[in-house]
Amino acid sequence: MATKASRSAARLMMAPAVILLLGWMLVPLCMTLYFSFKKYLPLRGGDLGWVGFDNYVRFFSSSAFWPSVIATLVIVGGVLAITVVFGILLAILLDQPMWGQGIVRILVIAPFFVMPTVSALVWKNMFMDPVNGLFAHLWKFFGAAPIEWLSQASMTSIVIIVAWQWLPFATLILLTAIQSLDSEQLEAAEMDGAPPLSRFGYITLPHLNRAITVVVLIQTIFLLSIFAEIFVTTQGSFGTKTLTYLIYQRVLESQNVGLGSAGGIFAVILANIVAIFLMRIVGKNLDA
Amino acid sequence: MGQITLQQVTKNFGDVQVIPPLDLTIEDGEFTVFVGPSGCGKSTLLRLIAGLEDITSGTILIDGADATAISPAKRGLAMVFQSYALYPHMSVRKNIAFPMRMAGVDKAEQDRRIEQAATALNLTDYLDRRPGQLSGGQRQRVAIGRAIVREPAAFLFDEPLSNLDAALRVGMRLEISELHKRLETTMVYVTHDQVEAMTMADKIVVLRAGNIEQVGSPLDLYRTPRNVFVAGFIGSPKMNLIEGPEAARHDAHTIGVRPEHIDVVETDGQWQGRVGVAEHLGSDTFFHVHDTGLAEMLTVRVAGEVNLRHGDTIHLNPRADQIHRFDDKGLRIQ
Ligand SMILES: Nc1ncnc2c1ncn2[C@@H]1O[C@H](COP(=O)(O)OP(=O)(O)OP(=O)(O)O)[C@@H](O)[C@H]1O
Ligand SMILES: [Mg+2]
Repeated sequence: MATKASRSAARLMMAPAVILLLGWMLVPLCMTLYFSFKKYLPLRGGDLGWVGFDNYVRFFSSSAFWPSVIATLVIVGGVLAITVVFGILLAILLDQPMWGQGIVRILVIAPFFVMPTVSALVWKNMFMDPVNGLFAHLWKFFGAAPIEWLSQASMTSIVIIVAWQWLPFATLILLTAIQSLDSEQLEAAEMDGAPPLSRFGYITLPHLNRAITVVVLIQTIFLLSIFAEIFVTTQGSFGTKTLTYLIYQRVLESQNVGLGSAGGIFAVILANIVAIFLMRIVGKNLDA
Repeated sequence: MGQITLQQVTKNFGDVQVIPPLDLTIEDGEFTVFVGPSGCGKSTLLRLIAGLEDITSGTILIDGADATAISPAKRGLAMVFQSYALYPHMSVRKNIAFPMRMAGVDKAEQDRRIEQAATALNLTDYLDRRPGQLSGGQRQRVAIGRAIVREPAAFLFDEPLSNLDAALRVGMRLEISELHKRLETTMVYVTHDQVEAMTMADKIVVLRAGNIEQVGSPLDLYRTPRNVFVAGFIGSPKMNLIEGPEAARHDAHTIGVRPEHIDVVETDGQWQGRVGVAEHLGSDTFFHVHDTGLAEMLTVRVAGEVNLRHGDTIHLNPRADQIHRFDDKGLRIQ
């Protein structure tokens, strides 16, 4: 798209899509903004008029607000760390020539196809159940007292469940990136006297930089709004109440649409802060 | 020091034997070129020497010491790859410094050697660029720079010039030859371009399907090809190979005459034919001659410009002392 004519043609062509997307985004956002300035209690009187910034102040100053922000960030951070580190390791492993490679690859990708609700229920009942769960049996086998995962290590449990779901995604993206690495570069480094770990550090990792950036950015978008995993496991108790879950409680359990909307706006702001930080840290990799 | 000896080296990929038992000695300081058609195992042989592939059986000696089981890094050889294999995220300076960094050379010495290599290779202005911002020829020089600073026992080049355009290739050919004269280090150079082989080599190794067909100096190979394959492969344009009655007249199964050893005469030539395509190079003209009754086509070199047109009859006289004779197994008859 070098010439003036082709640029304006391109703009014209893109317009319908951009307008549709904008409308799709703007309408709900504007409605949220609208409700956030109202006292709106559907089962207790409905629309009770404008209240200014009341909802914002109440949501912000409630004792649940900061813990929920922290819980959200801990989950996002924990899952990102696990998926990126294990994603790289798995991708390297899957890149090695081995028997039954095709089947193993499909198996590794499989968790991504399982719905979040289902996978969370499976984890909750089959693995983490303190009486019948596989982990409980394992602990008992070694003579230890079973852990009540979802209450004693609630945050860890949620992070494990969500990381398990997202690991295939990270692995897949990183695997394609590893496969695109020119093997002659690794051989050149080998001849230059770099031992395996240095080869990984100096050649493979920089090559993966961009793929890691993509994984981190995309996962962050989805992880900021995880809900089902919390809903079917801890229901927000034991310190696992994320911002999303808090908003859900305000809107549906307390039937306070105005307060929930204000929380929604806070969530948007938080997402943007996180996005700006991420762009600062990793986004520059996308420029090159 | 950089003498490389291969003893009964073989290489199999699965069931396929790519290199049958092979013996070869590359002397210290020698510029050795491996040539052969595509897929004949040149790269494989070079990678065996480098240690990037394990040999199936046999021994590799470097300076007389058994290097068969030694890792690539410890063999003290430097390799320049066809794709250059520069590290894209590092600046030219860091690329060149990488092997020294891995070897733990101290910083001042690193800078000194980088400076020296950059000056020798005309890279001083590009040291802070990334490989992606360089032209093909410059990348090639960075790859060579990265090899030089290690001060290796021998350089291994795998078709280093095949990605360059013709003019640049001639330039880089000279630069590599000069580098060899200056460093006096052993160089092993793989190419399928026999012009590169002829112009650069001290010693040419002609390979076919993993077998060494002949080893010798460029002129040895040109003057006394050991068999029909080498005769056809070395020299440009190719030697004319003639079978049948004409060959029998010389008591041979096949005879070969190079295009530059056939004289064009006005009348009464030993051979006659019809002029086909003429390739005018200015200094020389190559005529393709058809309907001679000897072979599908003969190529003849004529110095300067000649007034012969497509379809004209041409009279040819091969120089009797320049006729190569081969027996029915393709081997040279002395
Ligand atoms: N990793 C491999 N696995 C199986 N076969 C291989 C492998 N590498 C090379 N070969 C085979 O070995 C033979 C020699 O390959 P090699 O790359 O050495 O050829 P080459 O002489 O370098 O050819 P070119 O001039 O085209 O580069 C080829 O027939 C090729 O198919
Ligand atoms: Mg090759």
